[in-house]
Amino acid sequence: MITVENLTKSFPGRGGEVRALDGVSLEVPAGTILGVVGTSGAGKSTLARCIALLERPDAGSIRVDGTDLVSLSGAALRAARRQIGVVPQTDSLLRQRTAAGNIALPLEAAKVPGPQRKQRVSELLELVGLSDKASTFPDQLSGGQRQRVAIARALAASPSVLLADEPTSALDPETTGSVLTVLDRVRSELGVTVLVVTHDMAVVRRICDDIAVLEHGRVVENGKVLDLISAPGSRTASALLPELDQISQQHSAGYDRVADIVLVGFAAIGALLPEAASRHGVELSLLGGGMTRLNDTPVARFRIALSGERADAALKWIGERGAVVRHKPTLVAGTAA
Amino acid sequence: MRTETPWSTVFELLAETGWETLYMVALSAVFAFIGGLPLGVLLHVTAPGGLRPQVFTHRVLNFVVDVGRSLPFVILLIALLPVTRSIVGTTLGSTAAVVPLTVGAIPFLARLVEGALREVDTSVVEAAITTGATKPHIVRGVLLREAAPALVAGIGVTVIALIGYSAMAGVVGGGGLGDLAIRYGYQRFDTRVLISTVVVLGVFARLVQFLFDLGARGIDRRRRVTA
Repeated sequence: MITVENLTKSFPGRGGEVRALDGVSLEVPAGTILGVVGTSGAGKSTLARCIALLERPDAGSIRVDGTDLVSLSGAALRAARRQIGVVPQTDSLLRQRTAAGNIALPLEAAKVPGPQRKQRVSELLELVGLSDKASTFPDQLSGGQRQRVAIARALAASPSVLLADEPTSALDPETTGSVLTVLDRVRSELGVTVLVVTHDMAVVRRICDDIAVLEHGRVVENGKVLDLISAPGSRTASALLPELDQISQQHSAGYDRVADIVLVGFAAIGALLPEAASRHGVELSLLGGGMTRLNDTPVARFRIALSGERADAALKWIGERGAVVRHKPTLVAGTAA
Repeated sequence: MRTETPWSTVFELLAETGWETLYMVALSAVFAFIGGLPLGVLLHVTAPGGLRPQVFTHRVLNFVVDVGRSLPFVILLIALLPVTRSIVGTTLGSTAAVVPLTVGAIPFLARLVEGALREVDTSVVEAAITTGATKPHIVRGVLLREAAPALVAGIGVTVIALIGYSAMAGVVGGGGLGDLAIRYGYQRFDTRVLISTVVVLGVFARLVQFLFDLGARGIDRRRRVTA
């Protein structure tokens, strides 16, 4: 488990200090994946570098399984570093060492004896699906393969926490998939706690249990992805759910009721809406939205419009089936701008 | 009146002085490596943003290296006479010339080493830091290993510079090809000897360059551009 409390870090800049982190607090429960998202300049990289113990924060604490790592130095700091596996943002493999040689680096640092080291390296190569590339040099590997070697290296000394800083930013969608699959396996098969820093919501969609949204060095939203998805006005929801902003207001003209509904983990959405219509004798139209998957959970967001006396009852009924229903203002026919 | 030395004598002279050059250059290259490599590493790790930033030490080392590099070799040769005497026991001969040659080459190589280490990507070094490796381990296992091809090339450049420096060894009776060129070619207008030494020196330099290039490429595991 990682606990970050009140982390503050400033850098000297033109015209005074620049606050990269302004009291950031986070918690990543053991065995989960937290995605830290934000636009560039939000402080993501600084946060990642602080947790990787490459940058010393001005104030605050970083605890891994209860031990505060911020104040450590010397041998204690090096031992703490072995508790945190780091997949750096940029290509960081030693180009003069083979894939196996790169993965062995943390084991050398931990003074693991030769035969054990070889054993561990081949386990890790298998975990990331690169057993046949053991003696290949980084320059002969593809971007996705290099990133998987970097993950294997980060895991070599059996850390309890893995930190990945933009692990997919330089990859195409296809190889991104293979890297995310590996991160998912790391959590589910090894029980490692993972913190992924990314600007790509697809990463959150695919693998994250929790999310923290960073803005101007502050956490503005933090929680379980599936909880935030149905929270009104959450940034997570607007970024991950099917788009509704494109729907013109004119489409809703003439209906008695307009509402947005969000469904989490409800697979039978296709049957739910027609049933609501027929049960209550209302006319129900789908104005927009759609379905998507978060990790393995189906989620949907639709904008629907209803006409008929029992429109409110129909919406209430949908709400009772587990959907989050949010009423939207209706327009009188003909007055839409 | 100009008298040209007969070819048989030229060959004798070339063999004798060539051997002296080889001896001086090889020996001083070995010592320059022993002194220049750690100095270069120290320059790199004490620099701001280095593994162990030490502003004062870095400035002092920088100053010493700059002074060492800018001194004309002849001056160094003479200035170091007392040092040479205390180390070698004499100030004359090829062995005596090795002392100033080494002292001249150490800062030269140190700068090249520093430059080679600077080319190692910061992200690679930081990744090594996050594994919990000690600084000496990072220097040996990461910095020097990653920079190895550039280091070998740098040593080659140093050896060739030493061949140039060794021409001055004649001042202390060290002999060598350069000295031969000066005595016969310049002072006695013996074009035959002059050109012969130039050819031999050229072949020497070319051979050194070829061998070190081969070595540098041989240990480099980065993708070679083939086009």
